Amino acid sequence: MGTVRLQREPFDAASEAAELRRGRGDIGAIVTFAGICRQDEAGTPLVAMTLEHYPGMAEAEIARHVEAAERRWPLLGVTVVHRHGRILPGEDIVLVVTAAAHRQDAFAAAEFLMDYLKTRAPFWKQIEFAPGKPGEQTGGKIWVDAKQSDDTLANRWMPGRRAAE
Amino acid sequence: MKLRYFAWVRERIGKPEEEIDPPAGIATVADLMTWLSQRGEEYAHAFENPKVIRAAIDRAHVRADAAISDAREIAFFPPMTGG
Repeated sequence: MGTVRLQREPFDAASEAAELRRGRGDIGAIVTFAGICRQDEAGTPLVAMTLEHYPGMAEAEIARHVEAAERRWPLLGVTVVHRHGRILPGEDIVLVVTAAAHRQDAFAAAEFLMDYLKTRAPFWKQIEFAPGKPGEQTGGKIWVDAKQSDDTLANRWMPGRRAAE
Repeated sequence: MKLRYFAWVRERIGKPEEEIDPPAGIATVADLMTWLSQRGEEYAHAFENPKVIRAAIDRAHVRADAAISDAREIAFFPPMTGG
């Protein structure tokens, strides 16, 4: 039932949310989450971020988690759009839209999906720093390290850890 | 079987994919990493810390102890940083 899309092009969060609720009288809550490329990484300005992905697996893995969210909460619609390729500061990276009759389910499902996208969807971010003055630690590209805090957030949805619901 | 590499694993090995025919006795993902890391400096560099490397068989996440006998495509990559 959910929509999963991977694309290079920017997306329009408002029109994706509007599309999900079009003609529906049963939806009482829509949560729209957009993840955005920041202008700096730990204080160092960046020029761009490039997202590499595993074609085929990325779609399948996101779809598996959309299905898991649909089993867990009474959702009335889900849209996930994840961009890949080169993304500039201020541009959107990822969109999660969840629709339900009541807000608790829409909020929880959106958080669940984002926590899993961060740790399980096969995407890798590479940051491009601005060329710096001689002697400064800038310029070049680095792969973003996975964060322990993201694993912790994803683990709260595991069976037996339902405190976040 | 086909191997695919992503992110810094791909960069260290120097190619995005390759066909391989591992010898008998290479039964698991962990075995395969050990065998690959003996194929040259670039592989040794990519797999120098196998605990951090994630793997997928036929586009589904697996653990290092997963059997590879029926695999068509095995991918190796760093921990994911999407979203």
